[in-house]
Amino acid sequence: MPDAIITPEQVRHVARLARLSLDDDEVARMTKELGAILEYMARLDEADTSDVEPTAQVGTEALALRHDEPRVGLDREVVLGQGPSTSHDGFAVPAFVDE
Amino acid sequence: MADADDWTHRSIGQIAAGVQHGEVSAEAVAAAFLRRYEAIEPQVHAFLHLQSARVVEQARAIDAKRVRNEALGPLAGVPIAVKDSLCTIDAPTSCGSRILARDGAVWQPPYDATVVEKLRSADAVLMGKTNLDEFAMGSSTESSASGPTLNPWDLGRVPGGSSGGSAVAVACRMSAGALGSDTGGSIRQPAAFTHTVGLKPTYGRVSRYGLVAYASSLDQVGSFGSDVRGAARILEVIGGHDPRDATSATAPMEKLEAACGRDVRSIRIGVPEEYFGEGLDAAVEQRVRRAIEALRGAGCTVHAVHLPHTRYAIATYYILATAEASSNLARFDGVRFGLRVHPQRGDLEAMYTSTRSTGFGAEVKRRIMLGTYVLSAGYYDAYYLKAQKVRTLLRRDFDEAFRQVDVIAAPASPIPPWKLGEKLDDPLSMYLADIYTLPASLAGLPAISVPCEPTQDGLPVGLQLIAPAFQEARLCAVASAWEAMNPARGLVAPHAHVAAG
Repeated sequence: MPDAIITPEQVRHVARLARLSLDDDEVARMTKELGAILEYMARLDEADTSDVEPTAQVGTEALALRHDEPRVGLDREVVLGQGPSTSHDGFAVPAFVDE
Repeated sequence: MADADDWTHRSIGQIAAGVQHGEVSAEAVAAAFLRRYEAIEPQVHAFLHLQSARVVEQARAIDAKRVRNEALGPLAGVPIAVKDSLCTIDAPTSCGSRILARDGAVWQPPYDATVVEKLRSADAVLMGKTNLDEFAMGSSTESSASGPTLNPWDLGRVPGGSSGGSAVAVACRMSAGALGSDTGGSIRQPAAFTHTVGLKPTYGRVSRYGLVAYASSLDQVGSFGSDVRGAARILEVIGGHDPRDATSATAPMEKLEAACGRDVRSIRIGVPEEYFGEGLDAAVEQRVRRAIEALRGAGCTVHAVHLPHTRYAIATYYILATAEASSNLARFDGVRFGLRVHPQRGDLEAMYTSTRSTGFGAEVKRRIMLGTYVLSAGYYDAYYLKAQKVRTLLRRDFDEAFRQVDVIAAPASPIPPWKLGEKLDDPLSMYLADIYTLPASLAGLPAISVPCEPTQDGLPVGLQLIAPAFQEARLCAVASAWEAMNPARGLVAPHAHVAAG
């Protein structure tokens, strides 16, 4: 396992990946808290997992697929009605570049 | 006839039978529960949404069905509260988060969760939506954006979480039963903390369609009741295959309520040494061991078993659950529902980031960060893949133990309910309190928490029973056998009493 202590720079990088903006106080607190948690997680190194298959999910080996049949979905107006901004039968978002 | 208020202290089976036979109207039952709600809710904050008029309207519709001689379902007129992470077409759904609210209005789902649909088909009366840790992330119901739910056994203490509102609604008899969700203990631990019964089914037993996802390989919907029969009846109603959930199992639903009271002689109970070690509160241990001894007295046999990888469960869970959460919560981006925060001069990315940073609370941000970190380039194998492999070892522990015993008995929580705020500044200390509920979640196994005798300080304690996959009936049989012998059966929380008259 890599060095478990996370740096403030790594915290900022992860925050960018997660689309979260953290102020300096939050970065400091997050670095300390995540550091303590990751340090605790290092105990997994002690478990011998050579020749052990990973478990992604339990009990889903024998699941049947649903028939692929067309059906009526949710009402478009109702769904769009929950959006913060809509236009032309769709959800509206800001442009990728400054307008 | 007895005062209608008495109906709030009747069992789910009694209420349903009373309504089916016309002994009491659904409306009178609803009114009695609403009176308790008015009296008690201001002290405990169990609900995020309850509309009295809507409750009465549902009850009247059930009474009208009876007048028309239509058959009524197994939850006829039974008031059920629903955790606010389940979608309801007639009530807003907040997940205890600011991110699903905009201009003071909370997101209104355009559909019912399958479990909610099934409650309605069974003629239940949906009381309202209950408080929870934000997006079900927490063990105390303190991370809710609407503030904490308080424990009716001691208003200075937490009710557990994340389904704390559902547990307290039932503990205070503001509803006869409730739905919760359990990802790592979020039904069993609050049940243990409030002297209620909490039943988490096998992974795949109950549809998650319409449950706002936290960690998809772990999330299960389950039930709360003030007794095992009640929790069992609700689970029977909500369980079964659902083509709208790709992880829904096709195994037929067993008769759970009928299993309550069944003879438990010669059932083999396993007591895992790893669940009775360092960190276990002495009073909790004593109450749980007393329950196990009582089951031995009822004819069960008791055996020591080993679950040697238990010490890895917390690390494993908090890697896998946060990884899945970081992915699941990517959908909250200000585009389709809820909050949008758009900086004056900003592009789409800035809108995502501002919305999420404003809308999510501290614990959700922490878990998204942790999950993003363990999935990020260079760390995936060391954390995520490693945890998936240890998950296999945890599953094998149970496979091995269940070759020797029929059911495993242990505490639901190592400690009684803690004081409000006590663990908020130290997230790891709160995670560590989940130690006894996480392994069954990671193995996808059914488990129940049933009340023991409270501690000398009057704090609730829960006996946890874990069974092999799809053996919920066995859980119900053993849990109800202990329940029948429990000297504290039917004890009501000190802050759940309503002055007479």
